[in-house]
Amino acid sequence: MSSKPSPARVLPAHLAEPRWRPGLPAQPFHSEIFAPAGEASGAGLALALARDALNSSSDAGAAQDIRQLLWVQDRKAMQLGGRPCLAGLPPEWRHRVIHVAAATPEDALFALEEGLKCRDLACVIGEIAGNPRALSFTASRRLSLMAERHGVRLWLVRLDAQPDLSSARMRWQARAAPSLPPRWNAAAPGTARWHAELFRARAHAPGEWILSDDTETLRLRTQPNACESDTDFAVAPDPVRLARPTVGRSLAARARA
Amino acid sequence: MLLADARALCPELTAVPGDPAGDLASLEKLALWAQRWGPWSALDPPDGLLIDVTGVAHLYGGEEALLGDVARAFTQRGLTARAALAPTAGAAWALAHFGSHPARPGAILAPGDDPLRMLGDLPVAALRLDDDVLTVLRRLGIKRLGELAGVSGAGDDPAAEAAARDSLRRRFRNHRSPAANPLLRLDQLLGRVPEPLLPVIAQMMPMVQRRLMEPLRHRDLLDRVVEDLAADMVRTLEARGEGARRLELALWRVDGEVLQRRIELAAATREASHITRLFAARLDDVEAGFGIEAVQLRASWSEPLEVAQADLDAAAEHHGTALAACIDRLTVRLGAKAVTRPVLRASHIPERAQGWQLPMEPLPPAQGALAFHARPLKLLDRAEPIAVLYASPDGVPQRFRWRGSVREVVRVEGPERIAPEWWRERSTTRLRDYYRVEDEAGRRYWIYRQGIAGDGRGGMPDWFLQGLCA
Repeated sequence: MSSKPSPARVLPAHLAEPRWRPGLPAQPFHSEIFAPAGEASGAGLALALARDALNSSSDAGAAQDIRQLLWVQDRKAMQLGGRPCLAGLPPEWRHRVIHVAAATPEDALFALEEGLKCRDLACVIGEIAGNPRALSFTASRRLSLMAERHGVRLWLVRLDAQPDLSSARMRWQARAAPSLPPRWNAAAPGTARWHAELFRARAHAPGEWILSDDTETLRLRTQPNACESDTDFAVAPDPVRLARPTVGRSLAARARA
Repeated sequence: MLLADARALCPELTAVPGDPAGDLASLEKLALWAQRWGPWSALDPPDGLLIDVTGVAHLYGGEEALLGDVARAFTQRGLTARAALAPTAGAAWALAHFGSHPARPGAILAPGDDPLRMLGDLPVAALRLDDDVLTVLRRLGIKRLGELAGVSGAGDDPAAEAAARDSLRRRFRNHRSPAANPLLRLDQLLGRVPEPLLPVIAQMMPMVQRRLMEPLRHRDLLDRVVEDLAADMVRTLEARGEGARRLELALWRVDGEVLQRRIELAAATREASHITRLFAARLDDVEAGFGIEAVQLRASWSEPLEVAQADLDAAAEHHGTALAACIDRLTVRLGAKAVTRPVLRASHIPERAQGWQLPMEPLPPAQGALAFHARPLKLLDRAEPIAVLYASPDGVPQRFRWRGSVREVVRVEGPERIAPEWWRERSTTRLRDYYRVEDEAGRRYWIYRQGIAGDGRGGMPDWFLQGLCA
């Protein structure tokens, strides 16, 4: 009908990377993240992946981006996992979140589709609990087509769900991993880390990573079973930037590790 | 006298509840109707109207005839009115309220008359003053307008007059409002200082309607009519340079029933296809009965909207919808409460520190968040009670059970103590000690203990889980 090809096809044909890593330029438009409902790792990973995709795909970077983020939850997801907390969101998202509380999964799917049609949204994050009948293969295919047609990215977090048929371009299984020890108080929880397993992707081989979200970028550690004394991660940055470390202190911390 | 006392004296008394808002609304309508005598009119609540009739009287054959016409028109509508005509609004008000000839239908102060001589006998209350100012004047011994005017000029001794006027000005020097300053009011009455009035202007609501030759009984025809009405409405709004924020659709059925459908829009819009689409979602439950014979569309709330480049339909197909249109579609289907934006509120209590408002409204000013406050990514709607094992009642938790499974606390940070807001809550509300904990699998939670042992506000403190950290 229309002669204009979808944005997904307009993207330059990069060489397909066999292994996924953060910061790839061509990121898919529809991803699914399966996560347990008793933790916020799914939403946290979705936000981190969204920032990674926006950083690497846009020319100006995500810093100048003032578009809104649409966060859709159905009622069961809100009961199980709660609603987003403004003070706990990453600072760059804090004033840009529009929350949609849908009563049923059908309404949530409608809201997701309308959000994907909207050109003024940076991305859409959905949270749907369980395996509702409405979220069939056809529904996910609709979402994929809509996202690729309008170029708005969707991360759909599936809480406590079985990985059933879906047309998502990347499908992750996420759960929380022990956090990095903070610099000052080793007994306190540190920067969040997730154990993410990519079990289906079009362009990449499946794999497992430990991902962590620094204040700026998404980082990964390839071997999930490596010990904690990896030099890149032993000195975790402060999550809240209480003080900037001087050079000497930073070196001392590295030496201690 | 109380109503109960009055009823005891006179049992057949009928009581009618007062309706100040309704009175004001009817006064506004009356003010618009009264513009038949002059180009503009102003309200004088609770029961007065001011009409500017400058250069109008000759159309009615003189000022007496004009006042006679006013009296006749009000009598025909069953209203009792006292009309007066004077060069200034203050003088007309004084004459209408305290005119010396209540038997005469109207009092006229001609431009040539000396207002002080004509109005000198009126009480000082004719100056539209507040009650406490009237009390002050009565204590000062000034009862008549002429006595006040005696200190403000046109007397025998100009020097004494000036001194008296100066002392009066000093007595009321802190009273800036005209209703509290008799000197200012007197000058307004005499026309020495201007008195700005706020005129009432009729605002026509954009409205389009279709009367149908044959009653409609089918949905596709109704859609067609709504489409036409939306196009008409867009033209009407465009002529006024406005966009609709609220639209009301009324459907008249043959049997006299009127069905109402109302939509509110997130931003002012003037796009026929968008309006049609929003109403289409609301017309599914219309019961046509024997048919619909008239359809009316009104924009009861509109805002200025500049003329912009028309959004071609193909462009919308390719480039997606605007944010306001997207929010409108979501709101129409899911309800107004479903689409919200989280905003910060002035509170320390976590569930109160966050409110929800409509997404397109401007953000309220908020204090910057404290950088050392680590908050979870998600807050549960209601904090869930957990069973906690601890080394000491005031110490850190070691193990807790939530949703049927036991979690071992490996790392913990806290407490962050949040005291209850005493200006808002009862004095028996307990404080909260918040801990950020991480269990052996790395799941991070935000839990709190309500109260401490021995704070005299209940027994052993309870534990709750409120948030999930990323």
